[in-house]
Amino acid sequence: MLKVTFAHMGNSYIPFRTLLSELGLDPVVPPPITRRTITLGLKLAPEFVCFPLKVNLGNYVEAIESGAECIFMAGGVGPCRFGYYGELQREILHQANYPVEFLVLEAPKTHWTELWDKIKRYVPKHRLVDLFNAARLAWLKAKALDDFDDLLNRIRPLEKWPGTTTKVQTAFYRALDEAGMIRDIHIVHQRGLEELRAIAITPDDSVLRIILLGEIYMVLEPQVNFQIERVLGEMGVEVSRTIYFARWVYETLFLSLVKPDWRKKYDLLAKPYLSNFVGGHGIETVAYTVKAAANNYHGVIELAPFTCMPEIVAMQVLPEVSRKLSIPVLSVIIDEHAAEAGVRTRLEAFIDLLKHRHWKNEADKRHFIRTG
Amino acid sequence: MKYYLGIDIGSVSTNIVFMNAQKELAAKLYIRSQGDPVGSVQRGLSQMAKTLKDFEIAGVGVTGSGRLLIGKLLGADLIKNEITAHAVACVHVMPEVQTVIEIGGQDSKLILIRDGIVSDFAMNTVCAAGTGSFLDQQAARLNLHVAELGEKAAKGRHPVRIAGRCAVFAESDMIHKQQMGHPLEDILAGLCNALVRNFINNLGKGKELKPPFIFQGGVAANLGIRRAFEEALGDRILVPEDYEVMGALGAALLVRDELLYQKKTTRFKGFQFINEPVTTSSFDCEGCANQCEVVELRQANILIACLGDRCNKWSQRVIEISEPNIQVG
Repeated sequence: MLKVTFAHMGNSYIPFRTLLSELGLDPVVPPPITRRTITLGLKLAPEFVCFPLKVNLGNYVEAIESGAECIFMAGGVGPCRFGYYGELQREILHQANYPVEFLVLEAPKTHWTELWDKIKRYVPKHRLVDLFNAARLAWLKAKALDDFDDLLNRIRPLEKWPGTTTKVQTAFYRALDEAGMIRDIHIVHQRGLEELRAIAITPDDSVLRIILLGEIYMVLEPQVNFQIERVLGEMGVEVSRTIYFARWVYETLFLSLVKPDWRKKYDLLAKPYLSNFVGGHGIETVAYTVKAAANNYHGVIELAPFTCMPEIVAMQVLPEVSRKLSIPVLSVIIDEHAAEAGVRTRLEAFIDLLKHRHWKNEADKRHFIRTG
Repeated sequence: MKYYLGIDIGSVSTNIVFMNAQKELAAKLYIRSQGDPVGSVQRGLSQMAKTLKDFEIAGVGVTGSGRLLIGKLLGADLIKNEITAHAVACVHVMPEVQTVIEIGGQDSKLILIRDGIVSDFAMNTVCAAGTGSFLDQQAARLNLHVAELGEKAAKGRHPVRIAGRCAVFAESDMIHKQQMGHPLEDILAGLCNALVRNFINNLGKGKELKPPFIFQGGVAANLGIRRAFEEALGDRILVPEDYEVMGALGAALLVRDELLYQKKTTRFKGFQFINEPVTTSSFDCEGCANQCEVVELRQANILIACLGDRCNKWSQRVIEISEPNIQVG
């Protein structure tokens, strides 16, 4: 069996593992991202590419050490440099004497069978229907993860005993990773949600609600964003992520085929501030900030890797959005030089800012009601 | 006499203040950390304990980059990030302030305040050009005391243009200008302008900088930088009397409010900590993928604090009456 690997991105290794093994390939999940991974990546990568590429390379090297022979990765087109990363990574790995095969999968432009034709080379015995079945299992897992994480972020700030939700999360991830049949996945999914709902909480109406947005990799991968969701949750903040893996796959692979103008809602929201497609999630960053203000969120945190082009463009217009719509925005730029302490200081200060603002608004409201 | 103790453990300096219950500063101290936060706090506290006779500590607040370590060691009642601490101190000194410029040893901050609360802030991320350390270095290179550097810079009549984007390039640019024969005063004035330009471009981007301005932190002593800010912003820059200990003052103010509000007494472990030397050791935990760098602090071979583990596996071993909380909000 061909040993296939892929880069980490948050919990996406769970659906990927299922997808590959259902197709009759032998998935090699790279070891979790550690400082070693990043150091390995840094050795190979050019200095000014964005951080995700460096970590990806580290993942590949560690996966090759565990026997991987072939790398599957996503490609793309557009202003974000990611579209070229497949080629770049292949060249870098080959130059460094890692003889691996590389399969760059791109979102089909005209017909979805394009994708299948590429994969077919590796799984000659399988038929299209097998791909469907494999994709279905993977999709169910991805969907379960999204549902779970979404609920988890609402429970964590209220938990009575710090760390309970994180424990439930770890157990859920493991159970879901092991589930093999559709029925198992459903059971694990439902049980996970029930366990979350059963966590002892201290209800709080005035919990701060913030939106976490930005570059997809930095938002989804806790090992590079200093576990920002957990840290914020444990500070008592309800985090709403704007990017979820399953939804992102649904949008880029499915919606873009059947409903090419699905991006229009983002374009419309961002238009007063940013009217051009800048690649990546640049437009979404601006659009969701506008939406956050409209929906009375208390603040927005933008995550970007150093030298990320789409997010840098978005970052330039966010102060204006912030001022006009009166929504505080914190931009956090992360790369291998970012220190956890510095990020934490900024987060703490930002939460202080939001709390004081919130208290003042509440006091003003009460004053207004009293004095008419 | 009862005092609230505020300590700001920065990268370059350690600042300590004693504040009474009427929010008046009773004593302050600014000493260099010299890379030894624990030692500098010990030295500072024993120095202050000698000058002030007959006193009692009502509460301890710590801030600055070493806040976690010192907070755990002392049994602080409040551990607060330096941005909030600085802002609180500023509003206390001047309630109508709208913009705070703070330049310390290794970081610079811009804090915008509207109606007495922080509305926005920025902190230097990838570059330390223009902070105290760089000025220290340049002063040493030119054989000047860092205070002289500011005075000389303020005398420059025709500031030369210095590339301020990067500390290394700024230095080579300065050397080049010296070799061209420009007077030292003009070069230093140019350096100040460049650093201020860098600050405003990096941190002030897209932000509304409204007067009144307050300039604090160790670098506020530098007359040249102050001049350059006044020129760039077109307004008067105020430097508070206690500009160098504002972070510590903020921590003291915050801990006072917190303890009075919660009607609690202090967890301060007392001054016996001063005499006993503290040994630190660190190791990488191999328990999971996080591979946390764990730091242990021991006094007389007894584990008194443990830092750095995300899962509390190691910190749990510290038997303590009560742990200080890192307070947010």
